[in-house]
Amino acid sequence: MYRLTIHELHDRLKRKEVSSQEVTEVLLKRIAEIDPKIKAYLTVAQQEAIRGAQEADRMIATGRISPLTGIPLAIKDNMCTRGIKTTCASKILENFVPPFDATVVNRIKAEGGVILGKLNMDEFAMGSSTENSRFTITRNPWNLQVIPGGSSGGSAAAVAADECIASLGSDTGGSIRQPAACCGVVGMKPTYGRVSRYGLVAFASSLDQIGPLTKDVEDCAILLNAIAGYDPLDSTSADTPTPDYRRGLVKDVKGWVLGVPKEFFVEGMDPEVEERVWDGIRVLQELGAVIKEISLPHTGYAIATYYIICTAEASSNLARYDGVKYGFRAQDPRDLMEMYLETRSQGFGPEVKRRIMLGTYALSSGYYDAYYKKASQVRTLIKGNFEEAFRECDVIITPTSPTPAFRIGEKVQDPLQMYLSDIFTISVNLAGVPAISVPCGFSSDGLPIGVQIIGRPFEEERIIQVAYTFEQNTDHHKRKPPLPPH
Amino acid sequence: MKIEIGEVEYVARLARLKLTEGEKEVFTKQLNAILEYMEKLNELDTSGVEPTFHVVSHRNAFREDEVKESYPQEVSLENAPEEAKGCFRVPKII
Repeated sequence: MYRLTIHELHDRLKRKEVSSQEVTEVLLKRIAEIDPKIKAYLTVAQQEAIRGAQEADRMIATGRISPLTGIPLAIKDNMCTRGIKTTCASKILENFVPPFDATVVNRIKAEGGVILGKLNMDEFAMGSSTENSRFTITRNPWNLQVIPGGSSGGSAAAVAADECIASLGSDTGGSIRQPAACCGVVGMKPTYGRVSRYGLVAFASSLDQIGPLTKDVEDCAILLNAIAGYDPLDSTSADTPTPDYRRGLVKDVKGWVLGVPKEFFVEGMDPEVEERVWDGIRVLQELGAVIKEISLPHTGYAIATYYIICTAEASSNLARYDGVKYGFRAQDPRDLMEMYLETRSQGFGPEVKRRIMLGTYALSSGYYDAYYKKASQVRTLIKGNFEEAFRECDVIITPTSPTPAFRIGEKVQDPLQMYLSDIFTISVNLAGVPAISVPCGFSSDGLPIGVQIIGRPFEEERIIQVAYTFEQNTDHHKRKPPLPPH
Repeated sequence: MKIEIGEVEYVARLARLKLTEGEKEVFTKQLNAILEYMEKLNELDTSGVEPTFHVVSHRNAFREDEVKESYPQEVSLENAPEEAKGCFRVPKII
């Protein structure tokens, strides 16, 4: 039963073949059995989940059922959950219990969705492998010696290992799409502003966006329906109407122009990734799509641009962790300054410190023009590249990540190498456009590979349609990792 | 070298971070490698290019100033590392 998708489980709940409490208990048992191996969860909210399921069953009994009612979901641990610890996988928030729900959590609960718990991540979402968590290392369900991707590694691994029906992640430079590709699930970063960030612990505010990680494209549309839309509590959320994203669940790409950026198929790409992505492109071509080579000429500058902007924003956002009002405080400081210094130095891990240092440097007097302003100008050029490309094509199609998931420990000593693994995802965040990653095959070692479909701002429906057409004509999403069934 | 150990110490102070000698050395090395990589951007002539700070709206989001319920004092203090007499407690400042 834990293998079901949202839509399959919804049908069974609706026909009253199963209750939400039954399926929630099955998933809690699955977590208890599998998670000691995978370590996707930081908190399992057993009691809250059962209570939520009982409430959902009462809703269903009175005929009030919507697509998420009674569905057990899990949330990345950087989204606030009232009464449930929200740690950002950081020592500095180790004991933080929010008094409020993030808007996305609120919306899921209002529909009767069940929150199973909170998922592991790189500390403050800074990383591409989930190895930067202060608490535990999450394993890839396809190979336990391999990373699940990051920073939403727990969110991707939990979906792949059937430890939840679907999950939410956040994506600042690829943190939903890259782990989705690594774990063989579907992951979408919506347009910047499409989903409220209220209650999402801020990392880089002009780039962060919440999105779904699911077992198939239909579930992606359903979960996006629940979380998308204007929120007065987030001044950057877009005040534009939200369509029913299920309208994109159409198997048809005839005559659609798919742009393939030539800059994305060069140096350093794993040959198997390149082959599987081209196999995928050819599937769509056989279904009537037109393939067109396009150019995103500033792609080579995206990583440098991104790591200036995101660290600058992070250094400012993370200034709030001072040990005064919430979170960790160092023991027995002599004075206020020592309290700040000790609290932050003990509370943050190495990657977070490194990014705060880099961002503080980039914003410091005398360097602002050379780094932050320069990067923000290059961002304009990168955004312009997408605008021009979209005059010639309907969607852009690329690999999600240059390699399949790498081995645990392989890149931890070299932050720059780790940053380079985001090469295909970060320009999407800089431009603010939506993108989805769907499984497109496997490496010879049996690791999943993902293809990324990028759309124009607020055209999530279109990328869902391309992704759905691809998925329904292939069977990569039906393969399951070699975990023991229970 | 883009950045010397003294500058790393200065930036750490600005960021309210206390680094060990080992961390200072590692960070100096790593930050230099990263900053050197970022030099790439200087290949581009960006004179006259408007910076993008935000991709969607450049407008201010105004709303009515309405009185709404706020958290009671106990709830606001629930996560406090230390509290006293209904306030957040910190080391002596003066």
